[in-house]
Amino acid sequence: MIFEKLAKLLADKLDVDVDTITPETTAADLGMDSLDVAELLMDIEDEFGVTVEPSPDLKTIDDFVKAIEAKQ
Amino acid sequence: MKRVVITGMGAVTPIGCSVQEYTDALFAGKNGVGRITRFDVGDSKYTLAAELKGFDPLARLDKSLVRKNDPYTVYALYAADEAMESSGIAGKIEPEELGVYIGSGIGGMDTFCHEQTTLLKDGARRVAPQFIPKMISNIAAANVAIRHNAHGPCMGHVTACATSSTAIGEGYRAIMCGAAKAILCGGAEATINPLAVAGFANCMALSASDDPNAASLPFDARRGGFIMGEGAAVLMLEEYEHAVNRGANILAEIVGYGTTCDAHHVTAPDPTAKDVARAIRIALSDEQPEKIYYNAHGTGTKLNDLTETTALKLVFGEDAKKLHVSSTKSMTGHMLGAAGAVEAIAAITALNRGMVPPTINLEVPDPECDLDYTPKAAVKADIELALSASLGFGGHNVCLAFRRAK
Repeated sequence: MIFEKLAKLLADKLDVDVDTITPETTAADLGMDSLDVAELLMDIEDEFGVTVEPSPDLKTIDDFVKAIEAKQ
Repeated sequence: MKRVVITGMGAVTPIGCSVQEYTDALFAGKNGVGRITRFDVGDSKYTLAAELKGFDPLARLDKSLVRKNDPYTVYALYAADEAMESSGIAGKIEPEELGVYIGSGIGGMDTFCHEQTTLLKDGARRVAPQFIPKMISNIAAANVAIRHNAHGPCMGHVTACATSSTAIGEGYRAIMCGAAKAILCGGAEATINPLAVAGFANCMALSASDDPNAASLPFDARRGGFIMGEGAAVLMLEEYEHAVNRGANILAEIVGYGTTCDAHHVTAPDPTAKDVARAIRIALSDEQPEKIYYNAHGTGTKLNDLTETTALKLVFGEDAKKLHVSSTKSMTGHMLGAAGAVEAIAAITALNRGMVPPTINLEVPDPECDLDYTPKAAVKADIELALSASLGFGGHNVCLAFRRAK
């Protein structure tokens, strides 16, 4: 559920097809730079009500999903 | 010294979102002024502006680029794309020889206002990570450089309402000296927002008229301030031999650039007009043919139009009455940092079409402004030299001179 919600958020924001986003997709695959990732963390806060701290370990969508789960 | 020519142009204006559309509207005397739709003006008496109409950034730029940038950068990117395309230079210049001089009088003010609101409402943690790179006034130039792989000189000049004339003049000098073979020069502005309108209104620069056909009134006795416009314009300046060798379509040659400062007052022009006159004289150098078109800064404020008229009389004496003068701000409103470049395009097109664009809605002559301002409709004239002047808050005076390509 978290993955689906996050994938949709990213697809809308980056104007890409939601079906191209898998748990293994990385932020870099989606053309996101460090500023985009920082912005994504704010969107996550709005969408999921949790604060995920920036970390170099956040690479794939699955990394973000796990970080959100850990906070919920 | 090397010669410098114009080989491409791009424009996003309140009367047309391409050079063709803009210049056709210019000679047809189309009025770009209307009620502000961008925000609710509430009970303010300042209700008019010259907003872009039908501008579709997605016609050239992808959605994420538009989302990530302030509107002023979006306008600049769009106009620069058109200038690149019309120049045909892509792939025919070394990246290190291509520069970008695109300024903005103010920069990303919408972004600034939005993030200030976020700060007050949600706290410092929620200020967007893109805020600074989106707002700073050099970032349009940097984004254009990224998009067109331009590794030559890149900067955003800032001289308020003279910004893009300064950019063109400095680009001209840089190419003359061999610092680059080609430079995309111009400016962009996107400040039709409540804070900018309030700021310009309260410093007594804006017209409070509620009639779109009697609001932007350069040289008219009824004038009471300018009407804010927005948009961008970019010109491809290129070293003459480089342009000839690649078979470029040469639109005009820049033959003069004068830049001076009143050193007098932050907003009011020096009433003696001596430094405006000096900028015009420097741009003219020894070129003083019979048929001259002067595209005025002509904002429609009492002082500006009077000062410019005085300056022309200082430079040309009795012959000032023979000049073809007009203010195209009567149609576009005042595009601030984009004004100089958009008016340079007007001057170049006037040369090439043998037509002088009008000062529309000029119905009531001001006895103190007694030159030929081309009232109401365009006139045919075999112009030999076109001047374009821009004056900015701070007393910046810039004049550019163009000749037909030879």
